[in-house]
Amino acid sequence: MVHFTAEEKAAITSLWGKVNVEDAGGEALGRLLVVYPWTQRFFDSFGNLSSTSAIMGNPKVKSHGKKVLTSFGDAIKNLDNLKGTFAKLSELHCDKLHVDPENFKLLGNVLVIILASHFGKEFTPDVQAVWQKLVAGVATALGHKYH
Amino acid sequence: MAGSFKLEGRWRTQKEPTMVLSAADKSNIKAAWDKIGSHGGEYGAEALERTFMCFPTTKTYFPHFDLSHGSAQVKAHGKKVADALTLAVGHLDDLPNALSALSDLHAYKLRVDPVNFKLLSHCLLVTLASHHPAEFTPAVHASLDKFLSSVSTVLTSKYR
Repeated sequence: MVHFTAEEKAAITSLWGKVNVEDAGGEALGRLLVVYPWTQRFFDSFGNLSSTSAIMGNPKVKSHGKKVLTSFGDAIKNLDNLKGTFAKLSELHCDKLHVDPENFKLLGNVLVIILASHFGKEFTPDVQAVWQKLVAGVATALGHKYH
Repeated sequence: MAGSFKLEGRWRTQKEPTMVLSAADKSNIKAAWDKIGSHGGEYGAEALERTFMCFPTTKTYFPHFDLSHGSAQVKAHGKKVADALTLAVGHLDDLPNALSALSDLHAYKLRVDPVNFKLLSHCLLVTLASHHPAEFTPAVHASLDKFLSSVSTVLTSKYR
């Protein structure tokens, strides 16, 4: 199980406090669909994903992105129990959504890249390392109930 | 959108080749590289530092290096990596030939496990995004990801 030190937790929460979850969520999901187009397979009902601008401007992408990142915010409030926090969502992603857990890693890394672009110099290698640990922990937790 | 159609559940552009770099990709990559200018070595070193810090297993390939912050060896190695990528940018139409020597090196001498190219590539993107957020649009992000993936494929192409 992934363990975060007090300093790591502080680094995570202080950065997260400055993130606009709605904007970042839409951006993260949008970039996932642009950079890794095969991930569009889960979003047939989202309408127009025919170009980069269509994807980034798509209201369903933005709203779903916000949902996903809001949930990510729950992880941050429960860093000592990621598996428990995401147990139900893990079952959902396996049994109902049929999402390959590899996609959680892709989205996690896109999120890290977005944080880097928003925070620039502040997103030092140390800070990035903590966030890589977090996105890996979330990805593992979301894959934990797969069978 | 003209030229776009849906086939087998995925939006495609007419005449879009497979994971070969499109004209738009090449243009994005060259523009991004121009923007990097003389910072290549600096960014290369930073990407390496990020890789070692975020993915400690990558350090196993550098037991002979001082990996502390500001290390001269990491700086020099960062420049090597950046120069190789600059070479690649200048030969986007013929990466296998241009990178042939480096491909041999990685296959027969260095034998870096292929998973590590993704880790360094990711940290290169993080580095670029942090220094040039305005230029790092979704389309440029996609092109650069494809570019680094293509380079990685060439570097591991002779592994077996």
